[in-house]
Amino acid sequence: MEETFDAAIVGAGPAGISAACVLADRGAKVVVLERGEYPGAKNMFGGVLYGNHLRQIIPDYVERNCPIERNIVESRLSYFTEEGGVSFTYRDVAFFEGLRNNAFTVGRAKFDRWFADQARARGALIVCATVVTDLLRDAGGRVIGVKTDRADGRLRAKVVLLADGVNSPLAAKTGFRPEVSPENVALAVKELIALPEEVINERFGVSPGNGVTNEILGNVTWNMNGVAFLYTNKSSLSIGIGANLADFTREKVRPYEMLESLKLHPLIAPLIKDGKPQEYTAHWLPEGGYDTMPQLFGDGFLIAGDSAMMFNALHREGSNLAMTSGRLAAETILEAIEMNDFSSTGLQRYAKKLQDSFVLKDLKKYRRFPSFLETHKELFTTLPRATSAAAREILTVDELPKKARQRKAWKAIRGLVSPLRLLRVFWDAWRSVR
Amino acid sequence: MMVRVEDKLFLNRFNVDEEPHLRLLDGKVCFEQCEDQPCLYICPANVYKLEKDRISVNYEGCLECGSCRVGCPHFNIDWRFPQGGYGVRHKFG
Repeated sequence: MEETFDAAIVGAGPAGISAACVLADRGAKVVVLERGEYPGAKNMFGGVLYGNHLRQIIPDYVERNCPIERNIVESRLSYFTEEGGVSFTYRDVAFFEGLRNNAFTVGRAKFDRWFADQARARGALIVCATVVTDLLRDAGGRVIGVKTDRADGRLRAKVVLLADGVNSPLAAKTGFRPEVSPENVALAVKELIALPEEVINERFGVSPGNGVTNEILGNVTWNMNGVAFLYTNKSSLSIGIGANLADFTREKVRPYEMLESLKLHPLIAPLIKDGKPQEYTAHWLPEGGYDTMPQLFGDGFLIAGDSAMMFNALHREGSNLAMTSGRLAAETILEAIEMNDFSSTGLQRYAKKLQDSFVLKDLKKYRRFPSFLETHKELFTTLPRATSAAAREILTVDELPKKARQRKAWKAIRGLVSPLRLLRVFWDAWRSVR
Repeated sequence: MMVRVEDKLFLNRFNVDEEPHLRLLDGKVCFEQCEDQPCLYICPANVYKLEKDRISVNYEGCLECGSCRVGCPHFNIDWRFPQGGYGVRHKFG
């Protein structure tokens, strides 16, 4: 006789494992299907997780030896040209203690495996090396399980949670989320560069266990709408760069060439000097945001995390949206079990829960931000040059009186972007996030 | 700039499936209908290479991002995940 699970979860990432933990904790019979050889084998992100959202699932995650690389005490936002750049940095003692682990870096191969072990300890069944190839449906179209690439790979479940990530041939095949269009995802590549722990401490001015994140915008993405990053791990740096996939196609840029050029940037090269490349990975980011989200639930299924295109590009938040949506999906499933109603009516509270949480509130607030980036290309072309030209002018010390110097700086800006357009960019930026 | 992506892929661990998980649906389309051939540029693992009379698909180094599938203007790439447990295996991620 076929075994029926309360919930089958596709994908052992932050969304799927969060859901599995909550469900198993409350005694539900749950199985997680992961296509990698182990959880995390296929996963990659910039590198930042958020303590608050993890704590809601594993309150004692620090004591349980969560594989934290470094606690983030400093955030840098840089605006680079080819020759130099302007940066804003914020560091605060609060991040050393009271707000410790507000944000921290992890490597997904280690973290996801640890996280899945927590779910396993609570009673969830984690099945790896298994690709979900289709969904099982009854005559009425209700999802009643999954089909995998294993022999006899059919699995029945009362609810299926799709948490298989942004690149989901399954979603496209089953129609639960239309295939993404290149405009709605960013392609990012990342290299892991090993350096001794003390060297990283010294170069970034941090004490052991603490670290820095650096987001970099400007000419580094070769006229494309994108962003680069450099994050500190315990004894390695994560350096990556990404841009809108449609821009890549249009500009015919090779991602690894852009990454290599970033590594040679005068402000980056000294930070990664003598480091040994360890790994090279690529992944999409669901940049499209709110307007590209699919229907989040239906008869017998729910969608969470990257699969649901939950990503806040402005604040580089995604893993926390995944964890929270996974947790809320699990709570919805528990209510459905209680009511014994797994139809879309029984699962519709998921949408309400997401609306009441920061997840949909934030995604809604920034819904116009992706198109703002797409339609204001000067952010990645002339504007960084204008910023640097002005900064260089202001900082040059010679015989020229300050008044003439400032006029020259303003002229340098105007030569690259018209004042009217500049105003327009600022105005549109504000409108896209207010 | 000349960057050898092979040097980067060499760092990775792969469990190569004998059965290719990427396939061109119709090789003729790439030459007769596709002017830009974006797959030759956008793939972060340089899986697609221009040969004399065809585009070769070196699926062994695929990083499984999906870009070629949606970036191909003719949807000419049959794309699936490698069989469970096969393909790229992240050490750090």
